[in-house]
Amino acid sequence: MSGEGNKDKPSGARPSLFLERQSYRRRRLTDAARLSPFLGATLLALPLLWPDRSSGGAAVPLSSAMYYIFACWGALILAGLIFGIAARRISAREERDADIE
Amino acid sequence: MATINVLILVCLGYVVFLFAVAFAADRMAAAGRGKWLRSPLIYTLSLSIYCTAWTFYGAVGNAARSGLEFVTIYLGPTLVMVSWWWGLRKLVRVGRSQRVTSIADLLSSRYGKSNTLAVCVTILAVLGGTPYIALQLQSITLSFSIFAEADPSGLYREGSSVFWVAAGLAVFAILFGTRNLDVNERHHGVVTAIAVEAVVKLFALIAVGVFVVWGIAGGVGPMMERIDASEIGQWNVDAGRWTTFIFLSAAAFICLPRMFQVLVVENDDEGHLRTAAWAFPLYLLLMSLFVVPIAVVGLDLLPEGANPDLFVLTVPLSQGNDWLAMLSFIGGFSSATSMVIVSAMALSTMVSNHVVMPIWLNTHEGTGSVSGDVRSVVLMARRISIAAIMALGYFYYRLSGGGAALASIGLIAFAGISQILPALVGGLFWRGATRTGALVGLTVGFIFWIYTLLLPGMGEPWMPETVLQNGLFGLGWLRPHALFGIEGIDPMVHTVMWSLSLNTIAFCVASLLSFPSPLERLQGAQFVNVFDHSVSPRGWSGSVAQSEDLMIMTQRILGTSPAQDFFQTEAEKQGGRSHMPEPTPGFLNRLERELSGSVGTATAHAMIGQIVGGSSVSVEDLLAVADESAQLLEYSGQLEEKSSELSRTARQLREANTKLTQISEQKDSFLSQVSHELRTPMTSIRAFSEIMRDTEGLTNEEQTRYAAIIHDEALRLTRLLDDLLDLSVLENGQVNLNLSDDSLRSVLDRAVSSALAGADRKITVRRTFPAERILLHTDLDRLGQVFINLISNAQKYCDAEEPVLVISAHDVGGRVIIDFTDNGSGIPPGARSMVFEKFARVGVDKAGGAGLGLAICREIMQRLGGEITYLPGQGGAAFRVSLPLAFQQAAQ
Repeated sequence: MSGEGNKDKPSGARPSLFLERQSYRRRRLTDAARLSPFLGATLLALPLLWPDRSSGGAAVPLSSAMYYIFACWGALILAGLIFGIAARRISAREERDADIE
Repeated sequence: MATINVLILVCLGYVVFLFAVAFAADRMAAAGRGKWLRSPLIYTLSLSIYCTAWTFYGAVGNAARSGLEFVTIYLGPTLVMVSWWWGLRKLVRVGRSQRVTSIADLLSSRYGKSNTLAVCVTILAVLGGTPYIALQLQSITLSFSIFAEADPSGLYREGSSVFWVAAGLAVFAILFGTRNLDVNERHHGVVTAIAVEAVVKLFALIAVGVFVVWGIAGGVGPMMERIDASEIGQWNVDAGRWTTFIFLSAAAFICLPRMFQVLVVENDDEGHLRTAAWAFPLYLLLMSLFVVPIAVVGLDLLPEGANPDLFVLTVPLSQGNDWLAMLSFIGGFSSATSMVIVSAMALSTMVSNHVVMPIWLNTHEGTGSVSGDVRSVVLMARRISIAAIMALGYFYYRLSGGGAALASIGLIAFAGISQILPALVGGLFWRGATRTGALVGLTVGFIFWIYTLLLPGMGEPWMPETVLQNGLFGLGWLRPHALFGIEGIDPMVHTVMWSLSLNTIAFCVASLLSFPSPLERLQGAQFVNVFDHSVSPRGWSGSVAQSEDLMIMTQRILGTSPAQDFFQTEAEKQGGRSHMPEPTPGFLNRLERELSGSVGTATAHAMIGQIVGGSSVSVEDLLAVADESAQLLEYSGQLEEKSSELSRTARQLREANTKLTQISEQKDSFLSQVSHELRTPMTSIRAFSEIMRDTEGLTNEEQTRYAAIIHDEALRLTRLLDDLLDLSVLENGQVNLNLSDDSLRSVLDRAVSSALAGADRKITVRRTFPAERILLHTDLDRLGQVFINLISNAQKYCDAEEPVLVISAHDVGGRVIIDFTDNGSGIPPGARSMVFEKFARVGVDKAGGAGLGLAICREIMQRLGGEITYLPGQGGAAFRVSLPLAFQQAAQ
């Protein structure tokens, strides 16, 4: 990948392409971070469609509901963790680049 | 069996431990050591005051009653934390850049430092917070009573224990919450103690959970089977309550004063949010992981009618695991104490900054710099506020009897405090939000909350049964649980839906209709665009003499040495040698911000205003300055316009001058020409008349010849004078037009024949006869005069070897255009602008007339409503005559 290759080159070789790529990645990452709560809200609203006791049919057992909700919850946390780490790494790298310049 | 004495001993030991932690943390922070005190981990753990005793004990109770519904209370904050990029980031940045001390301060600051708004929010917060504190006291008492029942000594008395718990918590909050005043120096001690408590309560709950799952049920698989087999073992959640509670807990997470305190005020570094965004949801997940198993096992093991709210305690006790029960008790105790301490601190800050201090300042009007010690007043106000709030909680608990009514108070408080949400979110994201809008929205939401939730919840004396059944004043559509006649909604959902939607509508409508003050608009811009700029909008100015007064006042608020340090740094920054800084606007702004950390923005503004007085640079002044500069700008614009107009005029004058000079030169040359023209015939007339007078014996023939010469020369003179006269008559507009009809062709015929009659040089005239069949109604003699002039000019001046004149005519939309083009060298470009002037002659060397012909032509054509122009680029001299087909009087 050209991006990987550029990383090892000394700064100043072709900085514009490198920074462009980085800021583009960063934008998309923040996009994903911004969208994740909406995904989370949707996932957590889904159980409302499940059959319950009032619908007459077989209700979803509570253990399944727990598995589902805690899995969604865990996924949200994991996404937050990944975004947090990535955002920190990107900002650290940008600071380093700024220092070199 | 653990006796009540052991329990009290453990409690006291735990509290002493917390004191030690808080004290050590404060010491370390003061010494500048202990970087970890400001780590994201501590920040995340401090957020856990969200999990109060209500969630520690109540979540299991809730799960035992309605299954998974309890999880909504944790899911709301999870969503808020995950979406930190949208809201919390901005909230924290605003809080830091504006140095807000509480949520009331934030709203007051946003809406033009309005203290009215701050007081409203404070009242709302106290109203919502007091029952909540009572709830914590209740949970501690209940957990005590569980152990007391088992204690044979029977020394335990409920009433006194509540009192001592409340008093102890108040002392803790006062000791560590009001040690220092500047929010910049944050409450490291309290925050660290809270973080420790967060770990303790999480550990306690997980310990009970692990004991239940692996100790009693025998692993995850059997546990799950047990859950499915239990009475709550099926998915049974009301959709309305599920979504409402998620929303409500999310809103309360931001709006609760204690959450605002740890989330925004105690925040050291914006970057901590990044960690808390995933770590706090993780904490919440761990807190709720074992709730359902504990509830299910409790329902299985304990007798019917046991209080499910206390399963966390009673399950380990029933299995004889006293130490685990003790741990769980400490966990609950931690949840309650941390919440109560932070809540009391946050509320007391609001009460003292927005209620007590303004009143105190008003009663000591004008003496802000001389009387009393403001610092001690602020501290005392806070301490008394904390004590008062704890007392309120205590009395609320005693009056309500600590019954089941308290159990639902958590959600009721959530719904109450969420009324701040529209004003808060609107203030952060909408520049059009106004103070009036916030006040109206808040009031509307507040009233609906009290009427539909708080009062019905309090029962008979507050909300009579008749009102509940038939509505206020017997109006059916005003029934507290069925507003506008819509029945069958869950009371919580009903209240949240109506109060928040009407609140939002009122807020938006009032904001749209009202007009914000300049300060409000500036603050609005600062809040909404906080990422673009973070400079305070106002400025101060003052004289050196006021510096000392400011110093005295600052000493009283911040304390002597911090104040002196601050002034010293400022003086050094200004580069002055004295230790007193000049009261520059920048310095006063920083001072105000420094003070606002202690006494709130509105108060700090008022205090500096008192000293600096009328010389403050108000927003109105700034606006006046802006107006003035706008006027200056306009004035300079006008000047610029005038100067360009002047230069335009100057250019025109220069052009006119050049023309005048040219004309003057031509006049000179004409005068010499005319004198020459006049003298030549005069000379010959004189010469010949002298010959005739003096010479004897002239023959008749000779006499006739000489007389003919004299006659000719006289005619020439007459013609010249006629021309001059003609021109002056035309120029003065005294000419009489003799209008008649004829075709262009016959006019041209006559002109050509009379122009070429007796000409000494031959010139070929080419015409387009068909095109000349145009009927004209004009002065034909004058027109003919123009044509004759043009033809004879061509005849005289065309320098081609075989001169040719082309006359072409066109009819163009009511006008006739006749072009006279010869094949000579034409008129040189420099002379073209002058050919129509009087006395103009192309080339003095060329023999010719007096230079009046074309000037006369131009005058005639103007009289006839047409024009004559020179056509450049036709290969020779070309003139264009254009005139209307029918002469109209208006053309004159």
